[in-house]
Amino acid sequence: MIMIFGIPGPLLFGQLLLGLINGAFYAMLSLGLAVIFGMLNIINFAHGALFMMGAFASWMLLDYAGIGYFPALILAPLLVGAFGILLEKTIISRLYKLDHLYGLLLTFGLSLVIEGLFRNAYGSSGLPYRIPAILQGAMNLGFMYMPIYRGWVVLAAVVICFSTWAIIEKTTLGATLRAATENAPLVQAFGVNVPRLITLTYGGGVALAAFAGVLAAPIYSVNPNMGTNFINTVFAVVVIGGMGSILGSIVTGFALGVVEGLCKVFYPQASATVVFVVMVIVLLTRPRGLFGKAA
Amino acid sequence: MNLSRRNVTLGGLASAAAATAPLRAGRAQAQPSIKIGCLTDMSGPYKDLAGPGAVAAARQAAAEFGAKGFNVEVVVGDHLNKPDVGVTIARQWFDRDGVDLIVEVANSGVALAVANVAQEKNKVYLNSGAATSDLSGKACNANTIHWVYDTYMLAQSTGAAMVKAGGDSWFFITADYTFGKALQRDTTDFVTAAGGKVLGSVAYPFPGTADFSSYLIQAQSSGAKVLGLANAGADTINTIKQAKEFGIKMRLAGLLLFLTDVHSLGLEVAQGIVLTDAFYWDMNDRARAFSDRFTARVPGIRPTMVQAGVYSSALHYLKTVTAMGVVQAKLDGAATIARMKAMPTDDDCFGSGSIRVDGRCIHPSYLWEVKKPSESKGPWDYYKPVASTPADKAFRPLDLGGCPLVKA
Repeated sequence: MIMIFGIPGPLLFGQLLLGLINGAFYAMLSLGLAVIFGMLNIINFAHGALFMMGAFASWMLLDYAGIGYFPALILAPLLVGAFGILLEKTIISRLYKLDHLYGLLLTFGLSLVIEGLFRNAYGSSGLPYRIPAILQGAMNLGFMYMPIYRGWVVLAAVVICFSTWAIIEKTTLGATLRAATENAPLVQAFGVNVPRLITLTYGGGVALAAFAGVLAAPIYSVNPNMGTNFINTVFAVVVIGGMGSILGSIVTGFALGVVEGLCKVFYPQASATVVFVVMVIVLLTRPRGLFGKAA
Repeated sequence: MNLSRRNVTLGGLASAAAATAPLRAGRAQAQPSIKIGCLTDMSGPYKDLAGPGAVAAARQAAAEFGAKGFNVEVVVGDHLNKPDVGVTIARQWFDRDGVDLIVEVANSGVALAVANVAQEKNKVYLNSGAATSDLSGKACNANTIHWVYDTYMLAQSTGAAMVKAGGDSWFFITADYTFGKALQRDTTDFVTAAGGKVLGSVAYPFPGTADFSSYLIQAQSSGAKVLGLANAGADTINTIKQAKEFGIKMRLAGLLLFLTDVHSLGLEVAQGIVLTDAFYWDMNDRARAFSDRFTARVPGIRPTMVQAGVYSSALHYLKTVTAMGVVQAKLDGAATIARMKAMPTDDDCFGSGSIRVDGRCIHPSYLWEVKKPSESKGPWDYYKPVASTPADKAFRPLDLGGCPLVKA
């Protein structure tokens, strides 16, 4: 058996792959955050709660309406996205003129309220959600036993991340959006409805979180606190990638998943901390993050 | 971050205060009244295994006990899993609201803190939900009884019995904090004493871990037959779900797993897991009778061992009050506890048992295996018996706990 740094080779490759899978979740969540921060300047602390709502929405669709996993993959983000639009219209839009901190506090409060309501209605021990039949089972890759569902998660994440990046960086819609964040009055003068654009952007970011939530439902416990486990790490990912940088959050998400995965083999006790150690190092050397633009 | 954390605590205190407001229903002034405070987790991770179900169990005990010359009232508090909040509520209850005893208190941190308050105020404290064996060990006192289970009982039952059943090599996935490490240490002792060996372990950061696949792969590659889960709640559920997903062939031993956790997992995923519970709703006729009455109060759920413990402990207390007189019982908590220890316990949940001088209530412990979906007749039909440990062997021997009351 090949040994690498005293760890059997197959175990190490396995961990790298697992890291990539976790990285897929980080990438999807931090992408939504980056979009919202980049376009709206809101530090959306409610992102974890909205991710949780995505998972719950897929459970509800199945349990109340008999709608399965694949339709839920489309429907749940739409439903939760619509909820996000409602939040933006009624509450969050009032804070655009204030300091970032107000948005952070408001969305943090919102996440506590949302999680509390779900805990009250559905309890704390979680709800079961099965892996869809077609994605059950596993492949033997030689060095590890790879569940088909995890492979699907990575594939779906890559497709979604790339599409989002392409929409924002390569299309006219994306160009208008970016222009609106640079100089809203000017874009408005061209006849673009900027407030609606911003509302839809928030809805889109929220839908991304919900999409990740649906992907997470079969493998993590669907419970009201499931978002809080991710949200701190995901914020670190956004900071490391460069606040508001789309590409940065995608690349950093996957990369940090791998770093964390390796840490779980070499020194598991530090695996929750390693992301923040990286964050400190990056902030000391490149305060704007790895992919952040200069001011 | 500090600012937001403070917000959480303030919000928590406000809701705790609201939750503790007693129901001031008009009651006959002539009759003396006993007030039971059910201090539990009404909104956090232990809500399902204790929480509203525990409150219902306390009310059931009061209702079934009936009128014996005094009124019984139940008030509810949410400790939010914060020792400071738990202590504040306990003090307020004892000092201002005339609460005579506190039941439940899941969460070992809160449980130990409340034990001190009960002693200071000379009241009665009957814990059902906490796991720490220190409550009847070095932190024992004359005002506290630990009713249902503790880490020693879990470790002994699951550890030793699994080895006897052929699971002689173990690997642990452990939450990296006091509770997880204590559980791993205690179980390791029993496994090795029974002739088994521990091939390895991994401690993961707690809280904040949702993905256990890395640890599961490490466990698998150790070649051990049994995977011991030295964690609780959502962590255990995630570990089990992912073990199933990654096709882990080891036998899973949940060192602290409740009926509600199995319900949440579903039998498809949970089948074959081995766990220890002192009470299962379908274990005998009396338990079934109790559970049917419980479910009539709380439709759709079956009681956990913690909720059964709340019922059992409150009932035994009320019997003791009748025996010694309500005035005397309200006056002196330690005397009431002493009287409770002198009386044998008997109820539908735990059958007949007794309470030791260190405050440990003893009864048999049972090792269960989660049924296959094909074996289950419907919702909540989850366990089949594997082994049992008699009452006198199920808990830590009196002289090993380090409880100061034992020498006296």
